[in-house]
Amino acid sequence: MVDNTQAQAAPTAAPAQTGQTNTAPEFTPRHTTVPREVGEAVFDVETVSVAYGGAPALKEVSMRIPKGEITALIGPSGCGKSTMLRCLNRMNDLIDGASVSGRITYHGEDIYAEDVDPAEVRRRIGMVFQKPNPFAMSIYDNVAFGPKLHGMKSNLDDRVEKALRGAALWDEVKDKLNDQGHALSGGQQQRLCIARAIALEPDVILMDEPASALDPISTLAIEDLMRKLRGQYSIVIVTHNMQQAARISDRTAFFTVDMEQGVRVGELVEYDLTETVFTNASDQRTESYITGRFG
Amino acid sequence: MTTTLTPETPPTFRPLGEIDAHTRRRKRRSQLFRYVLLVAMGLSLFPLVLILWTVVSNGIGAFGWEFLTQPEPPARREGGGYLNGIVGTLYMVGIATVLAVPLGVLAAVYLVEYGRGWFAGTVRFFTDVMTGVPSVFVGLFVYAALVRQFSFGTIMGAVGLAIMMLPIVVRSSEEMLKLVPEDQRAASAGLGARKWQTITKVVLPTAGPGIVTGSMLAVARAAGETAVLLLTALGSLQVVTAFSGVAQSSITLLIYQGAKQPFDPGKERAWAGAMLLMGIVFLLTFTARWITARRTR
Repeated sequence: MVDNTQAQAAPTAAPAQTGQTNTAPEFTPRHTTVPREVGEAVFDVETVSVAYGGAPALKEVSMRIPKGEITALIGPSGCGKSTMLRCLNRMNDLIDGASVSGRITYHGEDIYAEDVDPAEVRRRIGMVFQKPNPFAMSIYDNVAFGPKLHGMKSNLDDRVEKALRGAALWDEVKDKLNDQGHALSGGQQQRLCIARAIALEPDVILMDEPASALDPISTLAIEDLMRKLRGQYSIVIVTHNMQQAARISDRTAFFTVDMEQGVRVGELVEYDLTETVFTNASDQRTESYITGRFG
Repeated sequence: MTTTLTPETPPTFRPLGEIDAHTRRRKRRSQLFRYVLLVAMGLSLFPLVLILWTVVSNGIGAFGWEFLTQPEPPARREGGGYLNGIVGTLYMVGIATVLAVPLGVLAAVYLVEYGRGWFAGTVRFFTDVMTGVPSVFVGLFVYAALVRQFSFGTIMGAVGLAIMMLPIVVRSSEEMLKLVPEDQRAASAGLGARKWQTITKVVLPTAGPGIVTGSMLAVARAAGETAVLLLTALGSLQVVTAFSGVAQSSITLLIYQGAKQPFDPGKERAWAGAMLLMGIVFLLTFTARWITARRTR
């Protein structure tokens, strides 16, 4: 379903067959897509294109995502930022007809290599969705779900408590762990989903517009939490809210939609330190978007 | 530019009770429509109430403790009951449920979670067709395929009932599984769950109450089935506990036999049997409703 062929256009791309034995090759960016001084990278995205049922959705994105920082993906609707995010833990595999080409390495390992189990990728790389989606079970069981799934059954209570503390939810729910997850408020539900993700001790958390369904106060709580998680986790967040990106992220990638032979295709325009993107964008399109003249 | 917009004539106030002809006409039509619907509902409810009344008023006489604990005596004798039928119905419906529900639920899981392309489409189509197959055909099929080679009996009746139940279980479970929000599956997959883990730990528990409800309705349907059993269980005057080899009875078969013979005691017992069967179906339906209601609270 997912084809993993290397884009021929990438001059330094290694042959596909070598799989994970690849030492990450030096790659030359096609666009101005490599931000300054990325130290240790958690993801290396190399000329990644995505198509749904043959229709291209995202074109040749290359970016290095740093470890321990918050990276924001911004841009207008349909620009492919969510698509990009869903490539990072192979969630696109679950969509019929989705195909991903190019190469994504996670700590130097190709996550689309043939011998890599997508379920294992998703276990290591946590995800939080746009709409809070706790399971129809108790708060405790929601958080314990991941660990139980993977046989991490020792000290389950401690694990659950640690995850809930990590998501800044413990004090609010410690006396009602057996209540339904759905009984919580929207903001609490989203923090429960974050707790559920970090209970598996991932090192990356992907967040797909995690605050867009929440009120401003809950949004701030989520943002505070993200600041708290920064450093311990690498966070990649898709957001429609530019202020949010400016407030919390270290680096910002701006995507846009381009018409290409009558098809709307997303592409990465600019990727740099958040401060630079917001104050001194090098691309006209970025500046227009950020100053509100477009999108 | 500091002109303020003041309307030349201030808007006039009209009392809320003052309604023009057009509005009055719409109001009348709306009321008329309501009455039409009310009458239609009353008419469709009428036969139902009539059935209830007839069955209860005719059946209550022969109904009692003895009816539930004694087998059917010869038709012209008073007393006795439908124990043989009750045992047969519970026995056969029980086995049919064990056969049809797991299989039907698994088929529904396949259709919803894996079903793509022509094969799933074909399965879905034939399930629909099977829902409409007359029960005599199912009875004939089991008769031709199994009964002629072995014999009438409990298991034959159960197989026939299971065939009747299967499409109902599949379609109702399918609808319930489709109602499980996609984001629940995504959340599970996002935690590294494999597909079967997502199905067994998230999808089935979430759809569980709905699946139980659908299965209950299938059970109710099977409990009231007659034609299938005529050709597979045949009927019996004794309480039969044998799994196979001996013809089995059921409440519906006893009602059928009792209603077509000329003696009054047998006819009265048939009425009581009908009442009992209706009670069982009501009970199952209410339980199903209750489970659904609890889930959607």
